[in-house]
Amino acid sequence: MMNRLKQFLISNSVPIVFVGLSALAIPISGYSAGYLVQEMITRLARNSFLVLSLLIPIMAGMGLNFGMVLGAMAGQIGLIFAINWSVVGIPGLVLASLISMPIAVFLGFVCGNVLNRAKGREMVTSYILGFFTNGVYQFVVLYAMGNILPVTSPQLILSRGYGIRNAVTLTGLRLALDRAMNFQFKLGDFTVNMPIGTFLLIGVFCLFILWFRGTKLGQDMRAIGQDMAAADSAGIAVERTRVIAIIISTVLAAFGQVIFLQNIGTMNTYNSHEQTGMFSIAALLIGGATISKASISNVFIGVTLFHLMFVVSPTAGKELIGQAQLGEYFRVFVSYGIIAAALVLHAWKRLRERQASRRGLRGETQG
Amino acid sequence: MTLENVVRTDSPPLLKIDGVGKEYFGNKVLEEVSFTLEAGEILGLVGENGAGKSTLMNILFGMPVIARTGGYTGRIEINGREAAFSSPFDAIDAGIGMVHQEFSLLPGFTVTENILLNRESTKYNPLVEVFGERIRALDRADMTKRAKSAISKLEFHIDSNTVAAEMPVGHKQFTEIAREISRDNTKLLVLDEPTAVLTESEAEILIRALRNLAVKGIAMVFISHRLEEVVDLCDKIVVLRDGRVVREAEPKNTDVYQIASWMVGRKIEGDHSRRVDREDTEPILEVSHLWVDMPGETVRDVSFTVQRGEIFGIGGLAGQGKLGIANGIMGLHPAGGKVVFDGKSIPLNDPAHVLKRDMAFVSEDRRGVGLLLDESIDWNIAFTSMQVQGRFLKSYLGGLIQWRDDEAMRDAADRYIELLEIRCTSHRQRAVELSGGNQQKVCLAKAFVIGPKLLFVSEPTRGIDIGAKKLVLDTLKRVNEEQGMTVVVTSSELEELRAVCDRITIVDSGRVSGIRPANCPAEEFGLLMMGAQDIAAAVER
Repeated sequence: MMNRLKQFLISNSVPIVFVGLSALAIPISGYSAGYLVQEMITRLARNSFLVLSLLIPIMAGMGLNFGMVLGAMAGQIGLIFAINWSVVGIPGLVLASLISMPIAVFLGFVCGNVLNRAKGREMVTSYILGFFTNGVYQFVVLYAMGNILPVTSPQLILSRGYGIRNAVTLTGLRLALDRAMNFQFKLGDFTVNMPIGTFLLIGVFCLFILWFRGTKLGQDMRAIGQDMAAADSAGIAVERTRVIAIIISTVLAAFGQVIFLQNIGTMNTYNSHEQTGMFSIAALLIGGATISKASISNVFIGVTLFHLMFVVSPTAGKELIGQAQLGEYFRVFVSYGIIAAALVLHAWKRLRERQASRRGLRGETQG
Repeated sequence: MTLENVVRTDSPPLLKIDGVGKEYFGNKVLEEVSFTLEAGEILGLVGENGAGKSTLMNILFGMPVIARTGGYTGRIEINGREAAFSSPFDAIDAGIGMVHQEFSLLPGFTVTENILLNRESTKYNPLVEVFGERIRALDRADMTKRAKSAISKLEFHIDSNTVAAEMPVGHKQFTEIAREISRDNTKLLVLDEPTAVLTESEAEILIRALRNLAVKGIAMVFISHRLEEVVDLCDKIVVLRDGRVVREAEPKNTDVYQIASWMVGRKIEGDHSRRVDREDTEPILEVSHLWVDMPGETVRDVSFTVQRGEIFGIGGLAGQGKLGIANGIMGLHPAGGKVVFDGKSIPLNDPAHVLKRDMAFVSEDRRGVGLLLDESIDWNIAFTSMQVQGRFLKSYLGGLIQWRDDEAMRDAADRYIELLEIRCTSHRQRAVELSGGNQQKVCLAKAFVIGPKLLFVSEPTRGIDIGAKKLVLDTLKRVNEEQGMTVVVTSSELEELRAVCDRITIVDSGRVSGIRPANCPAEEFGLLMMGAQDIAAAVER
């Protein structure tokens, strides 16, 4: 019994620490319950889809897919075209998603093939690949759009005649999905908005992941995730399956970015995608996921805890030391730090496993 | 004679190996191997390491390594049709199943999932039209049914929902076998050392299960070092030695002792003149319950005592752990247990300490551990001594500054070059440029220069020519006799051990299976290597 409790505490140490931190920071920040609930609901709706897109590559043993940034770029290109053609509302979002899909498939295909040449080093490779693709994205968005690609809307194009503005207001698309099926309820004095439509979409995505695990393809990915050599010797097309995993993740990340930006309402053409990968991965890890194991519950716990810190820590920092900056530093520190800590923990766990298996070598006499 | 009988006697055998030969880079590893196997028959394939068993199975299973190294000669027929497989998948399609020595189960999968890996039952759904066959959902109920039916053929109970990581080793082995026989067309099963990792009672259950399978018409090639099992289980035994079939026998006409002698063969008798009576000497090294986590050479629980002034041999088959012992004591791989040297216990996992305590090690990994390949002979010889004992150094300012003493190093190197007949241009020649035998001599010189009380030598003659072999072995004997240095030799070559050692311990499955004087008959050592302690003991009596 004690052992099981200990095991539970060890394997959930990261979320427990964050629950503790939040419990300290919430009273200091002085926010009302209603406000915090509203913030959490908004942020869950905004981010969950992006974080969920990380699950499938983890299942296929490819670690945390920093390559989701590629999907985010594809999503933004989709949004640019939807704005350009002035398609608003839900149809605009659908159009943006449809445009981003082939781009994401292509980028995912490239990314997957690159990662097949870097087996075991997927995370760092996809991270650097994100930087490289960012260069290509900037070329397309800053130079090709308006020059080669037919983007004409003055709302988008820089005054020089080509290239996209740095900040693009998503007119007509802002909150299009969130407002589609809004549900309001009172919590104390606070009116909480609940974007039912967005949550329905996230729910469908969760069901998809659950169902996908039970398909032949999902089973193959799980097999590859556990032992690539064994899967290969059983005749599973390892490389092809890994590419498919990355493509699915990239396409879903593109959709996720569209949902994310419609909630924010403005798009920082050159920055919005950059932090997507980092923040999504940090949220997932805070939710108790590891590099090799992540579940849907990790996503929701992680998004809630991470963004609770996000919201609460600047104010808590201000109240404590009189500087909001401190809280800002803290949350940047947290998101990078938690990723580093997760990697170290993973290595440590692997070492412990090896030691445990070594203990089995001592023979019966040693007990 | 009924028609049925005619058909039966005339029908070709299930498996016919006909004059199969194989060369690796001009080195003949298989020559004219022929035998046949009928449905439901169990054939025991025995032989020492390197006798060619694995190569033969690789050929049968269509392993790509065979084609890459120039293919093979001869012919393999299955049911009378030539079978030349280009990949293991062809072999599987032809009905051959292979159970490997190492488990290839996925730790997080259940028994069912492992048995049906990549052969899962699936159900249709409309998305298949868009995304293709792989998006079909798994049919768990049908999978459980299929897995259970495969397990039931073994007549052994395993819960099909257990996760592989949580199963005892024996159950993993059953799961692997169930996987092979769950294919409808499997008619030949190759089992490579299936009992090596099992306890005795588990092995018994497995043997019984295999018998049941044979009754159901599945033929088997059973490879094992445990000769008792082979005699017990098989209908026919094929003994391989140096790539040739030396004997094909029926178990009822032979016994374990005879098979062991066929396997070992009549080799050149060594010089067994060392019969020094060491009854009254004191122990110098006492090892108890040593375990070593050396990849591929795991030591599980080893205890032995080495007397002062003797040459002690450690033998055994490859991968059984004999190499791990010296590496573990010298601190090169994680180890545990108790080692007492010269009356004082030594800490494990601390190479520097062990070297300071007058023990030296000539590693089997000459080029990796033994030598600094890009450095000269004199540096190589002096290096360990310089590091550990502070020799070959000139001290200035009361030891504040220490410089290399090139002159002393050169003298020492020249002395050993002459003593060990190291063929080189000068003491400045780089170690990488020397032949294998001369590299080995440098390794020995490096160990001798420390002046150890106890010297571990692993695989001293591996990969070196005959002349150098003799010199290395003679040198070991000489330092033992002249300087009273205790030597522990680890070697795969039994004859070599019998030629130089006083006593030899045989290691099997990471444990000592017996310690015998070197003048015991070779067959007895052979039996110990196959893990047949009881019989070996009986023979001795």
